[in-house]
Amino acid sequence: MRLVGLALGLMLALAAPLLAQEIEDHRVFPGTGPQLLRVLSTTDLSVFEPYIRQFQRQNPEIGVDYTVMSSATLHRAVREGAQADLVMSSAMDLQFQLVNDGFAGRYTSDAVLALPDWARWRDLIFAFTTEPAVVVINSARFAGLPLPATRQELITLLREHPERFMGAIGTYDVRDSGLGYLFATQEDRSTDAFWRLNEVLGRLEPKLYCCSAQMIEDVADGRLALAYNVLGSYAAEELARGSDGRVQILRMQDFANAMLRTVFMLKGAENRAAAGAMIDMLAGLALRDAPGDWPLPPLGLSDAEQATGLAPIRLGPALLTYLDPLNRRAFLAEWGNALEQGEVAR
Amino acid sequence: MRLTASIGQRLTLLLAGVAALLSLLSWGMVSSLATEAAARTQDNVLAASTTTIAETLRSEQGEIRLELPYAAFAMLGAISEDRVFYRVTAGGRELTGYADLPPPSPGPVGQIVFDTGQFSGEAVRMASVTRLVGAGADPVAVTVTVAQTRNGVQSVASDLSWLAGVLAIAFFFVAVGLSAVAARMSLRPLNQIADSVSRRGPADLRPLSRPAPADLAPLLSALNRLMDRLRLSVRRSEDFIAEAAHRVRTPLATVRTQAEIALRGGGTPAEKEQLRRIIRAVDESARSAGQLLDYATVAYRVEDLARDALDLSELARRSVESVTPTAAMRDIQFTLDLQSAPVRGDAVLLDNAIRNVLDNAIKYSPEDTVIAIGVRQRNGDAILSVRDEGPGFGDDPPDALTERFRRGANTGGIVGSGLGLTIAAEVLRAHGGRLDLRNREDRSGTCVLLVLPLA
Repeated sequence: MRLVGLALGLMLALAAPLLAQEIEDHRVFPGTGPQLLRVLSTTDLSVFEPYIRQFQRQNPEIGVDYTVMSSATLHRAVREGAQADLVMSSAMDLQFQLVNDGFAGRYTSDAVLALPDWARWRDLIFAFTTEPAVVVINSARFAGLPLPATRQELITLLREHPERFMGAIGTYDVRDSGLGYLFATQEDRSTDAFWRLNEVLGRLEPKLYCCSAQMIEDVADGRLALAYNVLGSYAAEELARGSDGRVQILRMQDFANAMLRTVFMLKGAENRAAAGAMIDMLAGLALRDAPGDWPLPPLGLSDAEQATGLAPIRLGPALLTYLDPLNRRAFLAEWGNALEQGEVAR
Repeated sequence: MRLTASIGQRLTLLLAGVAALLSLLSWGMVSSLATEAAARTQDNVLAASTTTIAETLRSEQGEIRLELPYAAFAMLGAISEDRVFYRVTAGGRELTGYADLPPPSPGPVGQIVFDTGQFSGEAVRMASVTRLVGAGADPVAVTVTVAQTRNGVQSVASDLSWLAGVLAIAFFFVAVGLSAVAARMSLRPLNQIADSVSRRGPADLRPLSRPAPADLAPLLSALNRLMDRLRLSVRRSEDFIAEAAHRVRTPLATVRTQAEIALRGGGTPAEKEQLRRIIRAVDESARSAGQLLDYATVAYRVEDLARDALDLSELARRSVESVTPTAAMRDIQFTLDLQSAPVRGDAVLLDNAIRNVLDNAIKYSPEDTVIAIGVRQRNGDAILSVRDEGPGFGDDPPDALTERFRRGANTGGIVGSGLGLTIAAEVLRAHGGRLDLRNREDRSGTCVLLVLPLA
């Protein structure tokens, strides 16, 4: 007990510099025993809580210390030597970089070996959801307009109705949001419509957001007509919460990104067994056949999603490309130029 | 005979040793080639990645610009799940990447230099290339280094090495199997010669003339020389026997004649009885000498056997005719049941053999009995049977009676040399046949079968 107390104190001491303003949420779910599994995550507590509850049903003796922060903060915290057992993030490029740079500890079990090859990289990092980027629209503000199915149609629509969409478009601020940056760079790589769309968006004085949840909320409230590149899982969650048809999800048929939410064990993890158990549980849920009552989708894509050519972003060293400072600076400059023709509202 | 390891075993063991050595060698070679190939693949991809990055280098307003292409790292991810590091320096200044990556060994501009080093706790393979980029007044040497850990190479190499090991072991077992077969095959001529020697009859001392591998020629000619000497020695001893028998027979005839004359000349009954005993002893000796001569003749003629077309029934008839007078003296009758049976052989020898069997039958038959002679064909054999009503062969194994000078246990008081059946058996064997001796089933006499292959 004294040792655990000591470790806890040490951890809090080390994590202290982060605690001030960067930690968005933090909660400890006590277990019956002294064990504590420390998780650093970008996933909102409200979304992940059911998973923690399930974990503690299976392992009641293990307490869970869950800390939520942005992907960039999380990335920096790990680099600066934050003490934790598990690191979980939707920014798979940052996650991959941490793993590539040697911050992950090895973990092997039957559960992770059951994952498809593309959902794990070596015995270090494991994906447990596939979450597509989608367009979310407010039905009322789209009244009378045809629903776009491709980026080209979306561009045409925005061009033809500037008055209706002025100041009513939301998208990620890729300077702040790791996930937004990942989606934007992958789109840049995959479709030439990306920059034309950004040009059009730039003229419509878009609102830039850090997070999906806020964007979806604003669409539901009617403050936004359309949010571009929103995490589909959050949007579906919002729909499920009963938005009475105010919100609609559009999937782009020409190309759509799908992000893998990944988890890895920190190299210096103190509670490897508990971390392994959590990874196993997530891997098991990743392979479930029916979506079930879980907030996050499984790894497998539905048939409809596969039909639209939706492809998960590959876990691999190519993810390092856009994290290179020179590349990042160049990309952000270009993105800024495209979007900041008008006054960018922040 | 002291047995050492067989040639086949030695050969198999030797070849297995060779196979083991070759398996080991091939395993080692395949393993090192696999490692080499995997390492080269990694080098090639690293080189391609480095070149791809170096090609995006350009200068804009005196500034070195670099845009890492997505493909440069994607291709590294395609070959293995290995960690990737990179570093770009311009004229000694860090441009981007992992600043603590070990610097490459200096190489000529534009040429890719490979290096192996240690980074982030793992062995890495590095490829570097230096390009001159015109920035401002002087061109700046920009060095691009891409490094990758070597787990993929090691796992490919160890997978292939394992596979090569399995194959080498399989190869070894196949090779051992084949070695055993090869050893057996190469020993086959030797075994065949041994077979053909052991299949021969005891009197067959002709030289071996079968084709044989050159390696066996010394063995074969030594064997033939040995057999030649043996044959000569046998011939000499038979000649000696014939000569001796002949020399003995003539004086015996004289002694018999003199004894008969003396017997007719009268004398006391005791003297007459003595003379009769002398005559009987002389008869016995003469008969033995005759048979010894016969035997020598048989041995001589068998060596160069004639193969005339004959009819066994005809031979039997003639032989029976020639012994009828002797039989008649003891009131013994012959019954003949002769079917034609063509055979090939030496008429003199066969006649001799038949006569010896008939003599035997007459000798051992009680007076006033019948001897049944039959000739028939059965299963490709011509069979001459002689059945008498004598006392039978007793309990000796019948075959033993064809040994030289061997006489049955129950021949009590009857004159015989023990050569008769030996001669008959030898003649039949020389003709590819055999002599069967048995008691008649109802124990009412003996049955002798002369079996010859049909022509």
